[in-house]
Amino acid sequence: MNGIHDLGGMHGHGPINSEANEPIFHAPWERRVFGLLFTMFSGGYCNVDEFRHAIERMAPAEYLSTSYYEHWLHAMETLLIEKGVIQQRELASKWAALGKGQM
Amino acid sequence: MASHRHSDPPSDPALRVKALESLLTEKKLLEPAALDALIELFETKIGPRNGAKVVARAWTDPTYKKRLLSDATAAIAELGYSGMQGEDMVVVENTPAVHNLLVCTLCSCYPWPVLGLPPVWYKAAPYRSRAVIEPRAVLKEFGLELPESIEIRIWDSTAELRYMVLPERPAGTEDLKEDALAKLVTRDAMIGTAKVAGPSR
Repeated sequence: MNGIHDLGGMHGHGPINSEANEPIFHAPWERRVFGLLFTMFSGGYCNVDEFRHAIERMAPAEYLSTSYYEHWLHAMETLLIEKGVIQQRELASKWAALGKGQM
Repeated sequence: MASHRHSDPPSDPALRVKALESLLTEKKLLEPAALDALIELFETKIGPRNGAKVVARAWTDPTYKKRLLSDATAAIAELGYSGMQGEDMVVVENTPAVHNLLVCTLCSCYPWPVLGLPPVWYKAAPYRSRAVIEPRAVLKEFGLELPESIEIRIWDSTAELRYMVLPERPAGTEDLKEDALAKLVTRDAMIGTAKVAGPSR
């Protein structure tokens, strides 16, 4: 199946913005998302193909407007909910609780 | 939007990661400290210095180079580099007639054990879309202009197969030892968006 992830040969994406002396992670949260990948695999919640497929299932506009590690976050939330490891409502309450804590 | 899988997440990704970590920790499915050790490996030990050592060895040891080009996974493991996202490696050699360039059009496949984690541009839409359709223009944006007589070969990485470029050894390095040669080799030269420059004088 093709999809928005199948970018090879597509026009209109503009110039390549390479960054000199780029850090491995651009924010502490990216570092944590990267680490969670190992939990996804070691916990048996998904394999690499399921993980990639969860990214490929993103809505095209969301896929193109979010960063790489946001794709990972999306895949992790999607798969943990689909596999029943966490519940959508638990996650939403956690978002709300943490959001209040940050005010 | 209607197709969305669940209620919209907060816009702050830091909050979303924190929420996931917190939920998994409460369920005793995650030990946050254990993750740090793994992440630190990628911050300190796994990166393009590894690939540079492979390249320098290939430049100085013709029998190693032969093994590297015929069974890259095993030859790279000889130097101690193996594992996740490098299980099946192919090394492609640049010559005066052929220049190789790596991409992953579908996502971000990249040889972690030898190059570490990929830079943002490698994972972003402009490089992924354009490398396969206008490689000369892409290389020009990296400051590399190749004459038309040089053939450019593009290697589209997959989850199963990862590539690394063996760049050409620059002129003027005949007297350099392996360690000094490794210091000249850059990440971009092993992706194919640059050549290795000779020693600065």
